Amino acid sequence: MAAMTHHGDGHGHHNDAVHHQYEDIEQQNESYIVGMWTFLVTEVMFFGALFFTYSLYRFAYQLDFWQAHRHLNIPMGAVNTVILLLSSFTMVLAVYGAQTHNRKMVLVNIGLTIACAFGFLVIKYFEYMGKINDNLVPGIGFTSDPSVLHGANLNHAQLFYGLYFGMTGLHGVHVVVGILILGALAMFWYKRNRLVTNDFIPTELVGLYWHFVDLVWIFLFPLFYLMPAPMHGLSH
Amino acid sequence: MNFSNYPFSPPQASNFAEEHDLIFYALTILTVLFTAIVMFFVVYFSLKYRAGRKVDRSRPMYENLKLELTWTVVPLILGLIMFYFGAKLFIDMRNPPKDATEIFVIGKQWMWHVQHRNGVRENNTLHVPLGKPVKLTMISQDVLHAFYIPAFRVQMHVVPGRYTSMWFIPTKVGEYHLFCGMYCGTQHSEMGGKVVVMDPRSFAEWSANGGESTMNMTMEQAGAQTFSKLACNNCHGAENTQRAPTLAGIYGKPRSLASGGSRLADDEYLRESILRPHNVLTAGYEDTMPEYDKQIAEKDVLNLIAFIKNGGVVSSGAPATQSSSSIANDVGRGNAAPAVGAIREEAPKEQ
Amino acid sequence: MSATHTPIGSGLQEPPKEPKNYLNAEHTISSWLLTGDHKRIAVMYLISISIFFFFGGIAASLIRYELVSPTGVTLESDTYNKIFTAHGVLMIFFFLVPAIPATLGNFCLPLMIGARDLAFPRLNLLSWYLYIVGGTVALIALIAGGVDTGWTFYPPYSSMYSNTQVTMTIAAAFIAGFSSITTAINFIVTTHKMRAPGMTWFRLPLFVWSLYATSVVIILGTPVIAITLLMLVFERSFGLPIFNPEMGGDPVLFQHLFWFYSHPAVYIMILPSFGVISELIANFTRKRVFGYHFVAFSSLAIAGLGFIVWGHHMFVSSQSMYQSIVFSLISFLVAVPSAIKVFNWTTTIYKGHVRLQTPMIYAISFLGLFTVGGLTGLYLASIGTDVHLTNTYFVVAHFHYVMVGGAITAFLGGLHYWWPKITGKMYPETIAKVNALVVFLGFNLTFFPQFIMGWMGMPRRYHYYYFAPEYQPYHIMSSAGASFLALGLLVPAIYFFKSLTSGPQASANPWGAHGLEWETASPPPTTNFVATPIVLDEVYDFDPASEYEQEKGTAETYHPGQDLLQDKDGNTKQDGTE
Repeated sequence: MAAMTHHGDGHGHHNDAVHHQYEDIEQQNESYIVGMWTFLVTEVMFFGALFFTYSLYRFAYQLDFWQAHRHLNIPMGAVNTVILLLSSFTMVLAVYGAQTHNRKMVLVNIGLTIACAFGFLVIKYFEYMGKINDNLVPGIGFTSDPSVLHGANLNHAQLFYGLYFGMTGLHGVHVVVGILILGALAMFWYKRNRLVTNDFIPTELVGLYWHFVDLVWIFLFPLFYLMPAPMHGLSH
Repeated sequence: MNFSNYPFSPPQASNFAEEHDLIFYALTILTVLFTAIVMFFVVYFSLKYRAGRKVDRSRPMYENLKLELTWTVVPLILGLIMFYFGAKLFIDMRNPPKDATEIFVIGKQWMWHVQHRNGVRENNTLHVPLGKPVKLTMISQDVLHAFYIPAFRVQMHVVPGRYTSMWFIPTKVGEYHLFCGMYCGTQHSEMGGKVVVMDPRSFAEWSANGGESTMNMTMEQAGAQTFSKLACNNCHGAENTQRAPTLAGIYGKPRSLASGGSRLADDEYLRESILRPHNVLTAGYEDTMPEYDKQIAEKDVLNLIAFIKNGGVVSSGAPATQSSSSIANDVGRGNAAPAVGAIREEAPKEQ
Repeated sequence: MSATHTPIGSGLQEPPKEPKNYLNAEHTISSWLLTGDHKRIAVMYLISISIFFFFGGIAASLIRYELVSPTGVTLESDTYNKIFTAHGVLMIFFFLVPAIPATLGNFCLPLMIGARDLAFPRLNLLSWYLYIVGGTVALIALIAGGVDTGWTFYPPYSSMYSNTQVTMTIAAAFIAGFSSITTAINFIVTTHKMRAPGMTWFRLPLFVWSLYATSVVIILGTPVIAITLLMLVFERSFGLPIFNPEMGGDPVLFQHLFWFYSHPAVYIMILPSFGVISELIANFTRKRVFGYHFVAFSSLAIAGLGFIVWGHHMFVSSQSMYQSIVFSLISFLVAVPSAIKVFNWTTTIYKGHVRLQTPMIYAISFLGLFTVGGLTGLYLASIGTDVHLTNTYFVVAHFHYVMVGGAITAFLGGLHYWWPKITGKMYPETIAKVNALVVFLGFNLTFFPQFIMGWMGMPRRYHYYYFAPEYQPYHIMSSAGASFLALGLLVPAIYFFKSLTSGPQASANPWGAHGLEWETASPPPTTNFVATPIVLDEVYDFDPASEYEQEKGTAETYHPGQDLLQDKDGNTKQDGTE
């Protein structure tokens, strides 16, 4: 039925950046790209369930969520947003560097991206510490101090902060993973490993992941920090 | 058509049973028919076209749009017909008649506590009158349960934190199984009992004699007592509406909320108002009422709601009964302290 | 460049005694544990899932044994609850979900599309390790006291009331979830990008289509259950309120999120079986599957519709009436693509050259059992009847007809079919045929009485039923059937194992089947093909004219029946009838 064609032993005529299961670098690159996007779909679904839960409870307890959110630190959140947007920009420059085989540009920009990521985590750390000091961690001695809750119902404020720590925490984990991946990528570039220098695709894939992490925050920031006041009668 | 003579079918004892069974048997006919058709052809073809047999295999088919459309459209239409009947029955099941007698059910690990309007209470049994619509309003005190009466073909989850309801008209005198359908822990299989359908006269007699146990007053009276005991009257008095709205005749009326919008003052709304008033604050009032969440038992909430439904005004003639009888008749949850279910000793915390 | 990759083409220079294949290419343990070869990973998966199936089966046997008497036989209620939970958790997360995709799918997908391997071999290996870690955690949880929530983990029971190993069991399911996600990503990329020249989408075997549809479902569903279970663990361990009604949380929300995955998970378990059955029917009737496009697209339709019917698990959960009506309607619609498949398979047999060998017998029993399983689903899709039947043994019987009668029957059929390809050995045909009948009869005897019991109102997950002794005859029938079924599931393990040493050598294509996997040696070389195949013909392109020749035995086809023991169904008889 199927005609057979000879392809040798799978390694001889390929360059060493192509894995044995692929015919050529194009097939490998395309596979990587499809794989990365598929992975990002799972990430969207992963966060999606949390966003769904958040929307449901925010809809149910609009007033409490609004009151509880008033204790979040908007300047810190805003600075973090700017930092992450900046890091996405440097990431784009790094990918551009990879496309133009400009090793120095790649290294500098990955370095800047990692620096932004650390900056984000440092600010997040201070933000978290502030919340922890105000006893805003649900489950363990959650505060009932009205000056902290701004009038929110104790239970619903816990729901709010549970989602806050859960969602920003999960995002934080993604930032940490991002730093590790970026670090590995930078190391490969530094050592001129042909796995990454041969083609810009590996760098672009890391970029895709990083932009996703950035994008999640772009949704988290307004949802948690920038709530509009519920419609009517909130004099108190 | 009466299928209940078959030894392998459950008794039909409610208004839903017959319609339910008709759908069930229609589906069974479909199932048997389609399985028979498929299996007949599979076996027949497999034998007839066995490899090596000399049979006519000329012009084999690989595609046939007409055939495909036929077996797409025919099951679709049959399915839609069955959907229609199923949905129709379901809509009936979800819309109790206005004149239904309301009975309250509290599920807890692992028993059913039933409370009739007139104060009669029973555990793990439910007495209902023949031919009268009955509506059950149910809530769980701990985990998920399901109130399931196979002979009535009714079942509904009993959920902590919200009221669920179901209704039926018993159509046959007798005793039937009552099961917990939703897995709820160690003794899940033993969380059941029986449903007793009595002819209306015997039921009235049973009810008047206090059934198996009674708390000596109707739910409205018990609610009024709780209302006084918690000093709700101080703010929710009939005349004084400065600190809080009056509760007189609010049941079933729309209430406009401080957070915007409005809600119907139904059981769910009243429950929320008692337990977490903050969430459903009436427009124009300050958030001053203490929360009774975890302060009072589900049955007291039910009593309070019954009281508010009944008008929500304390009359001077409310019978005074010591609350100890209510504690004595109450069922403790598992090995928890017997005081669970009674009003907690400590005063509601101040906000 | 990587230690996990088996060197390719090594040892081709000097002709060895037996030809090198993926099994004998290397013999060290690390060559297995660090392999990137999809075939070896499939074999490792096959061994692992069999072990978990065995444990799940023991739990099932204990359940059936206990239910013979209305007052139980030996167990405490707590223990009984832990055992049915263990049965559910092990069978669903550690057997049914990976059963066909990770074993048969893993083995066949690259072979069927003419690729040297999956797109990401190391990710594939990672998937197996995640599975093993998850499975180990599950077993540790079992040993450490077990869990009694049911595999559904409904809060608030699981989050606030149960004192058992809920957290550890959920961790196990969580890890296993990532195992199936990695496999699914691999399958999707491989199907898109690794097809051999000429292997167009509509030349793909239907098994590949079904694996693709399955992978899409896994990709979209599994992350949701992962995060949902994570929320549950956080609530249970740290008091983070999410589903806790005392804190204003909604326990019904958990059910929505849970079934958003777990209903599609049903399709994760059954869609690959559809693919297997398509292969079996096409190859054992030597005919292209009737309405190939309809069968292929119905897999995708099921995958799509499967995501919007989850609410039919919740008709009595207190979700809104209107919600229930919509979910009921869509549930009736999702039945249609399954019906299309069954009718197409039936019509495929028409004017075929049917060979009633073991895989075909499994395929035929699949058609019967799945039809019953599918149609009884309509009783539960119809809201009016579901109110009575939900939470009873009717549901138990229904999903066992689909999961055991469907998925496991197809798995056994597929395993018999590809066994010569995987191991290079033939299994004994006669005993396998008899055993297939034992499985069919044992299965029906086990689960058919449960339909009647459920219809009469016997709730599921009940340890005692002394207050309703009328159910006992059905329980006894069911338990008796379960012993036959257990026998029918043990026997293949024995003869498969024995065939490894004493089974006759299988040729490259012992069934005379059509498909790229049969174009290479049995077992295949590590690189799958000596040369990249170029596909020139259509899928299931059996040549009717050549069938007659093949049936006369002139082809080098291996004929089961030439076994050491004389087989009645073998060649001699076939020739005699001509």
